[in-house]
Amino acid sequence: MKYKFLFILFSVFLIGSCGENVPPVESSYETKILYLGNGTEPKDLDPHTVTGVPESKILMALIEGLVIRHPDGLEPLPGVAKNWDISSDGKEYVFYLRDAFWSNGDPVTANDFVYSWNRMLMPSLGSQYPDMLYDVVNAENFNKGLIDDFSLVGVKAIDAQTLKVNLRNPAPYFVELLAHYTTRPVHKATIEKHGEMDSMGNQWTRPGNFVGNGPFTLEDWKLNQVIRVKKSPTYWDADRVKLNEIHFLPIDNPTREDFMFRSGRIHVTSTVPTEKIEVYREQYPDQITITPYYGTYYYRININKSPLDNKLVRQALSLSMDREKITDKVAKGGQIPAFSFTPPDPNSYFPPTTLEYNPEAAKQLLEIAGYTPENLPTIELLYNTSEGHQKIAEAMQQMWKENLGINIVLTNTDWKVYLSRQNTGDYEIARAGWIGDYQDPKSFLDMMVTGRGNNQTGWSNEEYDNLLIKAANSTSQSERFMHMYEAEKILMDELPIIPIYTYTRIFMKHQSVKGWNPNLLDSHAYQYISIEE
Amino acid sequence: MLNLILRRIGIAIPVLLTVITLTFLMVHSAPGGPFDEEKAVSAEVLAKLNERYNLDQPLSVQYFDYLSGVLVGDFGPSFRYPGRSVTELISIGLPITFELALYSIIFALCVGIFAGVLGALRPNTALDYIPMSTAMIGICVPSIILGPTLILVFGIWLELVPVSGWGYMPGDKILPTLTLGTAYAAYCARLTRGGMLEILNQDFIRTARAKGLSETRVVVVHALRGGLTPVIAFLGPAMAGLLAGSFVVETIFGIPGLGRFYVEAAFNRDYTMILGSSIFFSVLIVSFNLLSDLVAAALNPKLRD
Repeated sequence: MKYKFLFILFSVFLIGSCGENVPPVESSYETKILYLGNGTEPKDLDPHTVTGVPESKILMALIEGLVIRHPDGLEPLPGVAKNWDISSDGKEYVFYLRDAFWSNGDPVTANDFVYSWNRMLMPSLGSQYPDMLYDVVNAENFNKGLIDDFSLVGVKAIDAQTLKVNLRNPAPYFVELLAHYTTRPVHKATIEKHGEMDSMGNQWTRPGNFVGNGPFTLEDWKLNQVIRVKKSPTYWDADRVKLNEIHFLPIDNPTREDFMFRSGRIHVTSTVPTEKIEVYREQYPDQITITPYYGTYYYRININKSPLDNKLVRQALSLSMDREKITDKVAKGGQIPAFSFTPPDPNSYFPPTTLEYNPEAAKQLLEIAGYTPENLPTIELLYNTSEGHQKIAEAMQQMWKENLGINIVLTNTDWKVYLSRQNTGDYEIARAGWIGDYQDPKSFLDMMVTGRGNNQTGWSNEEYDNLLIKAANSTSQSERFMHMYEAEKILMDELPIIPIYTYTRIFMKHQSVKGWNPNLLDSHAYQYISIEE
Repeated sequence: MLNLILRRIGIAIPVLLTVITLTFLMVHSAPGGPFDEEKAVSAEVLAKLNERYNLDQPLSVQYFDYLSGVLVGDFGPSFRYPGRSVTELISIGLPITFELALYSIIFALCVGIFAGVLGALRPNTALDYIPMSTAMIGICVPSIILGPTLILVFGIWLELVPVSGWGYMPGDKILPTLTLGTAYAAYCARLTRGGMLEILNQDFIRTARAKGLSETRVVVVHALRGGLTPVIAFLGPAMAGLLAGSFVVETIFGIPGLGRFYVEAAFNRDYTMILGSSIFFSVLIVSFNLLSDLVAAALNPKLRD
């Protein structure tokens, strides 16, 4: 009877391990736990050393800066700072801090911010976002090691609850930067208990060690499994917080995330598999969300390579690009054709939109440049392996062949090879994307300044650089935008980068999640989110 | 026996050294580095990172530094997760991968032996053909197809079991176990059937039957003991195969095991993690093969010298 016994044993194993299978999303009406698909596993939870979107979503729950972003419109709302004064020349900011507390009960003070900015700017920490604070007097010099004395940097604690910041130039977007995680405070005693002030990989970010001042506290961090945060009793605005817990699930595979959403494991996904977008738009129009995103999908051109060193060739490439066809027939995720590098911005900056689709003009330009389909060399188009990029690249290949007779060879590589080839200038045309860190054209246009890390095209234009310096020193917003407009016009005439479309954020959201309002930066303060039937 | 063990360990050392050396050379010659990021890292920060992780040294220095670290059990820090060592990551992933492999082998044995015995008792009948053809399909369908299919049917349509995770929700271990174990269950079934058929035709079985023993007793006590020899010999390679198969299954189901860390490390050029997990997988596979050789030797005296 041994085999019967084995059979029974196996059946017991199967049935026993089934248990009661209530999808978490169903039980969340009671438990008030929000389950989120959060992309790749976060590298760390230190606001001064991380760079990724998944990390930023978690830090939004754990640490609060001087300001937070309004859940709808993104304009800054008071965070730790209850209000602030700005001097008439726009260069001096005084922040008045409220009675806010760390999760261990300590008060959040102005000195915490001075300490944190000092830490973030320390060259030895190796933060990848120090430029977020470069508008502060001497911050750049300190970060680049030109001065050692942090007291020369323009941030001072006047008293425990008053923070004074001096800027080297008026920066109307400065308050908005303070919602970004790199400018948020860390708890000094905790940092120094678990390592040096400037040691990367400090153990303070582990559950049990973590001290934050946000609406939630870190409960658990199981690598590749879940990060669990729990409502903080010490948060100053705890009454507003309606969720008991948030579980951030690292899911880097869109298909698996889709399975998890459909089986009620998560409330909100981080993306939707490309092939499902159209189906879901028809079947679940109330669950799929497509909203504009503050980012541009573009092709980066290496202007050191012939024939791309010729501006006319670059213009011809852009003119023979039917962007509407790409967004409507290929990308199909509601993307908006981009005729400027900076995305359309309700914040009153209207970028120049001189780009157009005109294959006839493109042909003429190519002729003027002295090229015919016969003497044009084959050009390589590089992209990282992904179905979406591939389809767009194939469409481009076809358009350029039809309209200009150019032969394009497509090369796809894995992510790291793709990045390294661009870093070292070993490419001709490469697919690229850029998401603004804050809602201001500066967050895009600065990238193309001579020698910037993400310029990567070899392009350098003195007039462009000067216009951006002028913009930085402008006292009025309109004057500033005017300089930026001129700069962007140069960029769109020179075309070291060819914009293709403005990104959209596409994700699935369960109808029980309330307060998750679409906005350009896809930023959602969790204290405004609730789960309701 | 001791001789055999010593000899095998003697062979294992150069094997592991070769694995380390080849992996080391391959990861360092792969294009793209651990610190290539979408937001370009400034030259100063890159220099600092390289210094921190010892990457500014010549490759030969790095190699010997690494080897001397491994000798004292230090696999270095992970490049992907600041503040975490490779040892920590392996200690998170390994128990989970082991658990998955263990459940899968139990599943494979239970189902495989049951089906194999059934087939052998009624050869060339429906009871034989149906399980054996199913087994053939089981061997042929790769887990990358089987996994998502099981998810669709049992997770999404029937809503019986969770579709992803490991120990996060009740029942989430079922589908990965089935996905990984099915092919091995099929192998077990075919091996059991073959072994049993051979044994059931032998004289001592006829004697047992002639003595009037019940059929169950004949099968379970007399036949199964010998009939399972091929299955036992298969266990070592099967365990090694299961560990390797976990790469795919862990990725499909989002299981935080060593296989998933390994795949992720390769994409992220997490040099030390790739090396550390390669070494671990090599040690495991070498050990399981050794174990299965020992079992085979114990069963068959001819193999002992």
